[in-house]
Amino acid sequence: MSRLFGHKEHLVRMAGLFAAGILVFLLARALFVPKGFGTYGHYRAGALADNRAYPVKFAGRDACVECHTDVPDALKAGKHARIRCEACHGPLAAHAQDPTKAKGVKPDPKVLCVKCHLANVAKPQGFPQIDPKEHLGPNCGECHDPHVPGQEPQKKG
Amino acid sequence: MERRAFLEAAGKVLLLTPAAAAALEHGLLGSTENPPEYKQADHWWGMAIDIGKCIGCGNCVRACKTENDVPLEPYYFRTWVERYHVNPDDQDHPEVDSPNGGYDGFPEKYRAGDGTKNFFVPKLCNHCAHSPCVQVCPVGATFESPDGVVLVDRTYCLGCRYCVQACPYGCRYIHPERQTVDKCSLCYHRITKGLTTACCETCPTGARMLGDLKDPKDPIHEFLRVNMVQVLKPQMATGSKTWYAGLDGSVR
Ligand code: HEC
Ligand code: HEC
Ligand code: HEC
Ligand code: HEC
Repeated sequence: MSRLFGHKEHLVRMAGLFAAGILVFLLARALFVPKGFGTYGHYRAGALADNRAYPVKFAGRDACVECHTDVPDALKAGKHARIRCEACHGPLAAHAQDPTKAKGVKPDPKVLCVKCHLANVAKPQGFPQIDPKEHLGPNCGECHDPHVPGQEPQKKG
Repeated sequence: MERRAFLEAAGKVLLLTPAAAAALEHGLLGSTENPPEYKQADHWWGMAIDIGKCIGCGNCVRACKTENDVPLEPYYFRTWVERYHVNPDDQDHPEVDSPNGGYDGFPEKYRAGDGTKNFFVPKLCNHCAHSPCVQVCPVGATFESPDGVVLVDRTYCLGCRYCVQACPYGCRYIHPERQTVDKCSLCYHRITKGLTTACCETCPTGARMLGDLKDPKDPIHEFLRVNMVQVLKPQMATGSKTWYAGLDGSVR
């Protein structure tokens, strides 16, 4: 027995070193591992909230039709019925938030329509396509109502 | 008090407490105008893409860049559209192009009726359930969220580029200003608020469809049932949650 523990102080010193090492490790860990790490997995739980906090720029169709109640009824009459407003009008979350501060944007049909309807062999066969050089003129909005493309645009009085 | 009376009274109190709590929440603390709080455990997100409907208009590419502040140049994308030109005699070597990711549409390059197949393939992060990119991150700055979205922790990313290399689909890039990795977040800031992704919001033909697989009423279940769907590079066993209907065998 006495021979085994004859040099106790070595053990004590060793234990002290270990304890110090563990302490340093725990301190470093507390310092470097961010809050919430490991709550859901090997990542910082707060990153989920960070990702959620990003601002929205496209308000979504539901927002638009809350105020523009007449447009969906008009759209329903034509083949553009299933296209959502901001597919043509662009991102308008700021306008939907406060229409007095940010105006709605009226896209120019001359630029807008060909983005979808320009003929291309890679497009599905059934999709209505035109070659502007052969079609009836560049001012699409003269003959097509953008909301109800099968109709002529309504004259505004 | 008689034992019976006590039990009756206690029972009433027990029944009324949750009702009172609910009444308190709705009445006294203001109406719950916000949608019910988002619970990660109730969702499992994925995306379905119908190749036969894509017209290559580039609306998704433009909307994604706007919504997520992806720089216009250099040419990095969270989502982009590829054009395939396949000669039936040489299925294994399709000609693929994606001018500016499809941002400006696709100038006509091929002729109709020469026997080739031509179609568009929208690409984005596949939100794999067993992502190689997550596995290689040394610091846990990219991860699969409890609701099935592969996200990046910007504040924690070192910019070491391991994940850029690891992604078999080429869906990651280093943001030139932040010098941290960036990728499709499936518009996590939108879908957790009840909105759809920017690309789905602006897709005119419904070629893209965000789906919540834990919602039994979500139309994605019907889509996956009635269509022959495939994932990209199934041999990599990434557990991809982006399903393609009508995918040609030549697509990689
Ligand atoms: C809070 C109500 C509200 C919401 C939500 C809203 N708008 Fe508007 N919008 C208005 C008002 C009011 C006007 C008229 C402003 C004017 O005449 O100057 C307007 C005008 C417009 C215009 C016409 C601008 C012009 O120059 O004539 C467009 C286009 C438009 N909105 C599109 C949208 C779209 C797309 C959305 C959905 C993202 C939307 N709006 C959401 C209230 C709203
Ligand atoms: C196919 C593309 C397209 C879609 C989809 C579309 N719009 Fe428009 N919208 C236009 C164009 C183009 C104009 C501009 C017409 C003009 O300059 O006379 C316009 C004009 C408007 C105007 C101005 C008033 C008017 O009627 O001229 C409002 C308001 C408007 N849109 C709201 C909406 C809303 C709300 C939706 C969704 C429910 C929607 N739009 C969907 C293309 C579209
Ligand atoms: C964001 C894409 C998009 C834009 C922009 C767009 N369209 Fe369309 N258009 C469609 C889709 C989708 C259909 C429906 C195709 C179908 O049903 O197969 C369609 C259908 C049509 C049709 C066929 C209508 C019918 O009754 O057969 C015409 C004409 C048309 N669009 C004209 C226009 C004009 C004019 C504009 C510009 C104001 C325009 N489109 C802008 C996507 C678009
Ligand atoms: C002078 C009037 C006029 C102008 C200008 C015009 N269109 Fe048309 N468009 C028509 C008429 C009429 C039809 C229906 C008959 C037809 O299919 O040619 C039509 C049909 C279409 C169709 C459906 C084709 C199909 O195969 O079903 C599309 C798409 C279309 N136009 C898009 C456009 C676009 C985009 C522009 C602008 C670049 C435009 N149009 C300018 C009169 C016009």
